[in-house]
Amino acid sequence: MLFTVNKSPFTAGNLKSCLRYVTKESPILLYEDGVYGAMAGTALEPEMKETLKTNRVYALREDLKARGVANTIEGIQLVDYAGFVDLVAEHNICPWI
Amino acid sequence: MGEEQYDEEQSTEVQKKFLFVFKRAPHGTIYPYEGLEVILIMAAYDQVISAVFTDDGVYCLKKGQETAAIGVKEFSITFKVLEQYGVEHLYVDKEALSARGMTEADLVTGVEVVDKETIANVIREQDVVLPF
Repeated sequence: MLFTVNKSPFTAGNLKSCLRYVTKESPILLYEDGVYGAMAGTALEPEMKETLKTNRVYALREDLKARGVANTIEGIQLVDYAGFVDLVAEHNICPWI
Repeated sequence: MGEEQYDEEQSTEVQKKFLFVFKRAPHGTIYPYEGLEVILIMAAYDQVISAVFTDDGVYCLKKGQETAAIGVKEFSITFKVLEQYGVEHLYVDKEALSARGMTEADLVTGVEVVDKETIANVIREQDVVLPF
């Protein structure tokens, strides 16, 4: 089950509530404003690092670039649109939007 | 003969598990109401349907909503009858409920208040998850 999050974690509770339900094998994909959750140095970084111990976390490169976010948390994997499509094709989707 | 063919057709149909996730309060946006409408439509297709209420979605189930004065439909009562439409489970996140100062007694009947681990397992076994 791939969880997708597209809201900023600083205005919406989507990412936090998503993290309550992800099980170990479930990857998380951040896109649109969700990619702010992938940025290094935020108040959310400790929780994201904890999540990275058990789950793969992806962020959409195009959305990061559009928002000028170059410094992402170590361990978060960047994917382009083609990678996004691969992930969606490989998993059932749980859109946490 | 015709009936037999019909039965065969039925049995080869793929039944999928659908989960509706309600995360928003009932009257601030149209999402929860639309979610309910989609459940009622889906119920006609003989699929396995459940719903989860978490975050502000738990407010959708609050008893005592009187919406006449704000000019919108009061639809919490409809969740009560979903069982008659073949919707098997309405799960409510216990922590989301208690964070909002409520208990099961504050909700319409026919729901199951469960912990987040139960909801995580429910999510994991779905074919399709639809957020509202």
